[in-house]
Amino acid sequence: MWPTRDLYIAGLLAYALGIAGGLVGHLTKRTRSWIPGLLCLFSLAGALLEFAAAAGALFTSTELSWSLASAIPYLSYTVRLDPLSAYFSLALSLLAASVSIYSFGYIARSAARRRPGLFCFFFNLLLLSLTLVFTASNILFFLIVWELMVVAAYFLVVFDHESTEARKGGLLYLLMSRGGSGMMLIGFLLLASAAGSLEFAALRGVGQNLPPVLGGVAFLLLFLGFGVKAGIIPVHIWLPAAHPVAPSNVSALMSGIVIKAGIYGMARVFFDFYGALPVWAGIAVLVIGVVSALLGVLYALMDHDLKRLLAYHSIENIGIILMGFGSALLFRSFGHPQLAALALIAGLLHTLNHAVFKCLLFLGAGSVLHATHTRNMEELGGLIRRMPSTALYFLIGAIAISGLPPLNGFVSEWFTYQALLAGFGATPTLTRLAFPVAGALLALTAALAAACFVKAFGITFLALPRSEEAERAQEAPLSMRSGMAILALACVLLGVGATWFLPVFDPITSKAFGIAASRDLVAGNGLLLTPGSLQSGSVSTAMIAVLLIALGAVPLLLWLVWGRKTARVAGPAWDCGLPGLTADNAYTATAFSKPLRMIFAVLFRPRREIETEFEVSAYYPTAIRFESEIQPTFEKLIYTPLREGVLALAARMRRVQAGSIHLYLAYIFVTLILLLLFGVRG
Amino acid sequence: MIGQVLAVLAQMMLVLLLAPLVTGFSRTLKARLQTRRGADVFQPYRDLHKLLRKDMVIPETASWIFSATPYILFVTTLLTGLLIPTASARAPLSLFGGVLAVVYLLALGRFFLALGGLDTGSSFGGLGSSREMTIAAIAEPALMLAVFTVALGAGSTNLSTVAQAALGQSWRFLAPPQMLAFSALFIVLIAETGRIPVDNPATHLELTMIHEAMILEYSGPYLALIEWSAAMKQLVLMTLLVNVFFPFGLSVSWSAVTLLSLVLFSVKLLLLAAAVVLVETTNAKLRLFRVPELLAVAFVLSAIALISTFLF
Repeated sequence: MWPTRDLYIAGLLAYALGIAGGLVGHLTKRTRSWIPGLLCLFSLAGALLEFAAAAGALFTSTELSWSLASAIPYLSYTVRLDPLSAYFSLALSLLAASVSIYSFGYIARSAARRRPGLFCFFFNLLLLSLTLVFTASNILFFLIVWELMVVAAYFLVVFDHESTEARKGGLLYLLMSRGGSGMMLIGFLLLASAAGSLEFAALRGVGQNLPPVLGGVAFLLLFLGFGVKAGIIPVHIWLPAAHPVAPSNVSALMSGIVIKAGIYGMARVFFDFYGALPVWAGIAVLVIGVVSALLGVLYALMDHDLKRLLAYHSIENIGIILMGFGSALLFRSFGHPQLAALALIAGLLHTLNHAVFKCLLFLGAGSVLHATHTRNMEELGGLIRRMPSTALYFLIGAIAISGLPPLNGFVSEWFTYQALLAGFGATPTLTRLAFPVAGALLALTAALAAACFVKAFGITFLALPRSEEAERAQEAPLSMRSGMAILALACVLLGVGATWFLPVFDPITSKAFGIAASRDLVAGNGLLLTPGSLQSGSVSTAMIAVLLIALGAVPLLLWLVWGRKTARVAGPAWDCGLPGLTADNAYTATAFSKPLRMIFAVLFRPRREIETEFEVSAYYPTAIRFESEIQPTFEKLIYTPLREGVLALAARMRRVQAGSIHLYLAYIFVTLILLLLFGVRG
Repeated sequence: MIGQVLAVLAQMMLVLLLAPLVTGFSRTLKARLQTRRGADVFQPYRDLHKLLRKDMVIPETASWIFSATPYILFVTTLLTGLLIPTASARAPLSLFGGVLAVVYLLALGRFFLALGGLDTGSSFGGLGSSREMTIAAIAEPALMLAVFTVALGAGSTNLSTVAQAALGQSWRFLAPPQMLAFSALFIVLIAETGRIPVDNPATHLELTMIHEAMILEYSGPYLALIEWSAAMKQLVLMTLLVNVFFPFGLSVSWSAVTLLSLVLFSVKLLLLAAAVVLVETTNAKLRLFRVPELLAVAFVLSAIALISTFLF
């Protein structure tokens, strides 16, 4: 018997020790170099224990639940490790472990080094609250740990509080999260009113008991509320503002797993609290998914801040996950549990895959940032020579996120395509057209993502260094490289070994749809992935990997026959005969994305300004100033009017808040009378 | 088992050896249509042979990505050649990846080729990479929608199944969805293989170049591998078009009959190549920012193809 429960509690204790230790370290003002190491050790231990617990719960398909009563009515500290919770805990602890290892070296080199105790306090608090978010099973308890997570993440985002950018990003994050929590709260309460209980176990399938309109309202509120956390468009604007400014190990956790708390919430609501939903719900999720994916990648292409680019890609990948979820909802509405399981697996697998490669990419960006002190890609370049390991890991992450075989991103995108393809035949009426259109736009998204990562990797790591910092960059220390290596290995294993990983989803899909799908999704002695039957298609990432290596024999043979006598001479780049190649000649990120900026000009509305200074003639400029920017459409169309509206309203409300204590007492009195009347009437 | 291995080897040799021939045929035909004499159809073989024996100059600014790219490009393209049905409707390795794997393996090769273009720091390389990735991205929706149409018709993304389904009803290519999907894929073929009006394969030093700009710094055996891959990619895409839309004469297994269908297959390929050359000689190259319009036409065509599967 696997001691899941003990491991789980031990993991929480390890995090708690990290929190306590961090606080003590901070209050005693110790800044010895071993303190962050010790505290990272706590989070690493916690992560490993939680990993063992989650893996145990998942592979033995046991569902654990235990509860502590509390003195507060309706609140009970119920914790449940059901398959869905265990799956997200697994992803969390994998990331937490690698980020903890990375942090050994990173904390000493980042803004966190000045207050390492405080940093580790919030870092462990974030991990503890996230673990509880994924396992809490009472609405009030869930909301409490949710807020704890938001607050811990906020303090980590603004940890470098001397930067205005960080403070602004953090504030925006906090405000948007508040709005999201508000919507979640109303949605949850609507569900709870139908169930008559705040326990998650009692909420199962309860969405059906609400009247259709209320049920729909609750669904939308919960979707949007969790969507704020997940970063769906149009409630995404905090994400590209907050993720880049946090210390990189925190950005990695935030983009990797904190936003997945939103996805967890959606999965919990869509597939646990609700039964079959009306068709519009599935369409809404699918459409939001497609829009988020496409706009996310388009904005990423235009951004030359390495970390903000990655943040926009999080929006894109959340969109891809939602395409899977939306299809699953539709299939369930039309009564196709097999296909619903396929689509849900596509979405959940992409959740884990994205967590792994996005965390890897952010850690890589963190290494670059710490080596060069800039996130601006236009000042980087040539880092592959100075930082070979970081470059290799970043490249693996880039291939994985672009959905290229044989790595993990390809597997989940392949399942998403197959779900969308099956949707065309399995749904009646015009709804079916939504699937192939979504598929075509997914193809566009994936191809644009590949373009974006050619840019991100090519401009950052290849060509010549574009600044002195880039020229003097130093490779990251062993601990940071190890953190990245674990995740890079996970990218490869989850890609090549996908068929062996799929049984993990059986308990989840059995609970949601009553079907254990993995047996149908695997064929050919565990070599082939299929969308349900071999007849409708198959792919084998393992064999593709093997064949790619084996086919290397052909060029080898060619070399043996003819190439052995040829010489390799190093020489200056030809560059069409122009001598003296310098970094100024090399292509920039702005130039790289120019064709797409022109093609999608309707969306970007680019503006550019060129000023030339010259003495004799305009043909001999002495200085050129170039400025280019794109219009932030959502900020301009939605959030600026919203902010102005709120401020105008607040200005009017100020009259109520006159500063006189007598007036306030009168307010309280009137409120009390009204409440009493309300109570008497009820 | 032995038969399987032989089939794989046979198909590999077929893809490796037929690809330069199709390129040579295109070039010769193009020359004739332009009332030039041109080299004979076997010139690409001689080019490859010569390049393989030449010394290479590796730019000092290049990293290992530059050297790895030719191998990765060659291997991924060759693998797609094994996943598709050629002379026989049963591709030897079709179970290991259907049409999605083919599209994404080609994308993997392109990913590295674009990195190789950026690696040397020469502005031409960056220019080529940027344009290649852009055009590939906007060609993708049309490609995928047309692929969906075909896959839905056959009920499978497995290319052997698709070819066999097409073989079952040989005259289906006259059905509107098939014709529309074919037209869309034909435009995508022109864009993906870098032919006029999207890119000019004969250019070597123009500001309009795309593919050639990326590989400007390559020489010797590396250049040979890249040129060979480009030829194989063209062969793979043409084969897909030919076998999915005009499958008649395909043998269903690897046997003596396959030789006969091999001849028929080659004839069909050359006819398709001739059609591409005809488009090339009768059109001028488009400005780069007009290319999206052409690809939008392809997208609309494949969208109509898909919708018309409702009707027919």
